[in-house]
This record gives sequence, structure tokens and C-alpha cells, in this order.
Amino acid sequence: MSDRWSAGVIPYAEMGYWQPDYVPKDTDILCAFRITPQDGVPPEEAGAAVAGESSTATWTVVWTDRLTAHEHYQAKCYKVEAVPGAPGQYIAWIAYDLDLFEEGSIANLTSSIIGNVFGFKALKALRLEDMRIPTHYVKTFAGPPHGIVMEREYLGKYGRPLLGATTKPKLGLSARNYGRVVYEALRGGLDFTKDDENINSQPFMRWRDRYLFCMEAVNRAQAATGEIKGHYLNVTAGTMEQMYERADFARELGSVIVMIDLTVGYTAIQSMSAWARRHGVLLHLHRAGHGTYTRQKTHGVSFRVIAKWMRLAGVDHIHAGTVVGKLEGDPTIVAGYYDTLRLDHVPADPVKGLDFDQDWASLPGVMPVASGGIHAGQMHQLLHHLGEDVVLQFGGGTIGHPMGIAAGATANRVAVEAMIKARNEGRDVMIEGAEVLKTAAGRCRELDVALATWGDITFDYAATDTPDVVATPTGV
Amino acid sequence: MRITQGTFSHLPDLTDDEITAQIGYCLDNGWPLSVEFTDDPHPRNTYWEMWGLPMFDLADPAGVMLEVDACRTTHPDCYVKLNAYDARLGRQTTALSFIVQRPEPEPGFRLDRHEGADRRITYTTTSYATGRPQGERYLA
Repeated sequence: MSDRWSAGVIPYAEMGYWQPDYVPKDTDILCAFRITPQDGVPPEEAGAAVAGESSTATWTVVWTDRLTAHEHYQAKCYKVEAVPGAPGQYIAWIAYDLDLFEEGSIANLTSSIIGNVFGFKALKALRLEDMRIPTHYVKTFAGPPHGIVMEREYLGKYGRPLLGATTKPKLGLSARNYGRVVYEALRGGLDFTKDDENINSQPFMRWRDRYLFCMEAVNRAQAATGEIKGHYLNVTAGTMEQMYERADFARELGSVIVMIDLTVGYTAIQSMSAWARRHGVLLHLHRAGHGTYTRQKTHGVSFRVIAKWMRLAGVDHIHAGTVVGKLEGDPTIVAGYYDTLRLDHVPADPVKGLDFDQDWASLPGVMPVASGGIHAGQMHQLLHHLGEDVVLQFGGGTIGHPMGIAAGATANRVAVEAMIKARNEGRDVMIEGAEVLKTAAGRCRELDVALATWGDITFDYAATDTPDVVATPTGV
Repeated sequence: MRITQGTFSHLPDLTDDEITAQIGYCLDNGWPLSVEFTDDPHPRNTYWEMWGLPMFDLADPAGVMLEVDACRTTHPDCYVKLNAYDARLGRQTTALSFIVQRPEPEPGFRLDRHEGADRRITYTTTSYATGRPQGERYLA
């Protein structure tokens, strides 16, 4: 035999982790990593090292590999491509056999694929750009407890984006004052109100008190409008036992929805997903903390990968960007997130940052949530970029209305209904949107005042996470 | 009060021309329409009465409007809504649903509170109109 089994250190590429002739199997999990090798490290060796360290390898040859069918378990880097316009960066394509992963466990999937390798010295930086999850693995997950279609049927709301608002100020309100905001926003026309990610159970407002006042507000608003309303009661807590206690109380009070933060961890998310399906309660996920690893282009995990993991883990809502609001979001990259969450078959599209075809095999779609610095004056842009199956959350854009919270809610609801009506009538809302809003405002003082207050507020900053490829018009 | 179920309840009531335009949009999408009516508009009353079957093979908005009118004429004291249905794989659900007639006045809903231990309250929403038998609920 060759040097492959000599004790000592040999390049990963020579240990079988670089296989340019490998043809990925339909059952393989495929990953596209953006690698930035240290100076002097060939890209193929860097790609092989990522494959090795995220599967079977360690830094030196071990004879115990020979007790296994090691070629089966080795991840294979099968392609490395330079990133156009980004010297020193490459995309490494790596295939993992399905046998490497436990069924139905995001924790196991991620411990393998992003477990060790991101601190690897031979790389300056590493980013997981996208992942193809084969149907064989998709089907080991239960997915969203309800999904977009069931949520709409549960709420009896069709044909338009749903509307929400996060209670503000985020911190400090007493439970009684907090419930007032919920009542006003819901009776004014919103479908949902929301706890913020860091509203859990602090000295100024304990969770049980908040739940009681919020459910009074929800029920009052339902009776005032004849519509089903909801408040995302955040059940995030320090232990799983406390989360179950809070979620059970929310369920007993009749809440249609509860929420958790991404910070609770993948396993807790899967546990809450099973709970939510068992009890017929919608599950909202706030992506708290994701910006620490999704935003920078050279290092971390793309949000489109997080979106895939969360669709598998099973949530009904997830925050996925606004394009026009105050938070990071290139339009085409955000479109890739929305496709990933909502479509059953997501075709590869480099312009949207989607490196692979992804089939969901009828796993229900997740309702994306657009939140952060959006207002009624952007309704045509929101509808254009984000479509109909989305929750548009206007926190400041509801609560900051000069005529009051209910007026702010009414302005948003009238704006979305007017825009849907105009679009359905065949009008091009991206051209005529401002005119549609102006006409609607002529019959709705709340909207008129909202447009006067925020109509020209925009957040025009360059996005950090942008596609490597842009669509260029081609002559016909 | 004004019940705000349906896609356009926060706008002024749609005119027949505006309803026809929405029907056209639905038909262009391949969504058959159906008419439903009720005098029990409780937010969790899922099953309004069907005014005939969904109009699977009707391609003319005017034909749909005839059914809307017939239902409104027969049930002038009921809520009437138009639903569009999307039967495509992955949807197989209502695509658009909006009210095309509402009775006057709309008395709304009473909220009953059943007070329990530990400050728990169980809520019941009741339509004032359903205190009377079906068919007599919104008579002027």
C-alpha cells in the first residue's frame, strides 16, 4: 500500500478528501463552503481539509480508519471554484454520505457540518453558503407544526399579507400597560402583536402577568372586530421545563400562537415544534443572534442555510428580512430566503445566492416575517419584494402614529388592503403604488397622517451580504 | 361595529364593478369562485352556508356576479362572501375571500368572562344576533 497509511501527517487531499471525479449521489448532503485559505495553502487542499475535518479526519493518520469502510464515511470535496471578483476566496463543494447523520436531528447535522471546522487554522475564514438536503433526509423531519396553508385556514385570513407589530418600548412596560398596546393595535386592524426577543420574565414584567393581560387584550379585540387575533407570547426561558410551563399556560389561556428565540438552541426548537403540533398552537421563531454569524460574507453560516434548518426543525414563522427596512438585506439575497422558506421546489439561482436545487417533498412552507423599520408608505415595495405569504410587522410604524396605536394599525391595514385590491385590479403597484396609497388616504385620515409622518423615510445603506453573481440583461 | 373578516373589510364596501374586477383577477389565476352566506358571523364559524357548489367551470365574471346577486337577493339580511379557491398542489386552499354584503346594523359580539382561580379568565365570544333563531337574526 501507499503512503496513505504511514504514521504521521499527510495532506488531506491525499487522504481521499479531494475527489474531483466524484459524482454526488442523490442521497448525499451537499454543501457549498466559501473558503479563504491561508497564504500558501492550495484551494484544493483547503477544501479537502474542510471535508476531512467536518467528517472523519483528524490531523494525522490513524490506523483505526482501516477498521471501517472509511471511503464511505469520508466527505468528498469534489469541486473548487474561484469566486469572481474576490481574490483569495473559493467555493468548495463537498458531498457527505447520508450515513453520517442521525435522522431528524438538527443538532447532529450541525455538529458535523459546522462543528469543528470553522476554527481551523489553515483557513483565514470559512462560510457555509448553501446546503442541498436530499429528500431522504428531509423526510426524517416533521417540519413546520402547521405551515402557511394551515395557518391561513386556522386564522381564516386569505389573499393578503398578515400584519403584526412588536410591542414597544421593548423593555420596561408593566404587564397592564403592555396589554394596552396589544389591545389597541389588534382592534385597530392588525392580525398579530408580538413580544420582542428579549421580553421573557424580567422584574418589571413577569411572564404570567403578561400572558393574562395580553389574552384579555386579544379576546377584547376579537370581540370588537369579529376577527381572530393573536399575540406571540414569548416562552423563551432558561430551561426546557420553564418553556413548557409557559407554553402550556399560553395554550390553556387560548392563545393561537407562542414564540421562541433562536437563542434557545436547535434541540429546544425541535422540542417546541413537537409541542406546537401536539397542541395546535402556531410557533413563531425570532432569529435573535443570527447576525453574529450570517451577515459577514467571508465567515459564518448564510441565513439561507439557517432558513433550511429551521424549516426542517419545524417553525411556522421566521423573521427573514424586509429589503426596505432598517436591517441588512440585499433584495435578491432576501428573495432567496423567501423562496427557501415558501416554495416546495426551490431551483438553484446564483443571483439569489442559491447554489443548489432544493426539493422539500411537500414539507409545509414557513411564513416569513418582515420586521424592522418598515411603514405603510412602503406597502407597494413590500408587496412587490415579499409577496402575499408574509407577516409584515410594523412596530414603530404602528405604535408611533401621532393619533394613537389603533390609528397606526388602521393605517397599515387600509394600506395593505388598498394595495392588494389595486394589484388584483391589474394596476402596476411599483409604478402606481404611491398614487394608490394617496387615494386610499383620501378616505382614511389614519393613513393620511401615517404617510405625512413617515412617507419619505428610507434606509438606503449598502448591503454586506450580496450575491457574487448579478443578472445582466442579454440582448435578444 | 363593522366585522373586519375578509380581505377588504377595512376599505369602503366594494361596488359591483370593483367586485367584478376581483372576480376577473381570480379567474385569470384559474381560481374558481364560490358564494357563501351566514347570519352567524362568529370569527370561528368556519362553515358558512354554501350558495350552490363552487363554480368550477364558469369563466365569465358576469356569470359569477349573477350568483352573487341571486344570493344577496334571497338573503338580504345575511353576510355574503365570495371565495376563490386555488387547487394547485401545495396550496389546495382559499386564495382570496371577501365580504360582498353585510347586514345593517351589525350588532357585534358580547365577550363573557368566566373568572377562575389564580386570576385566570376563560373567554366566550357570542354574536348578539345569534340570540335569535337562524333566519330572524338581522331582520330590520
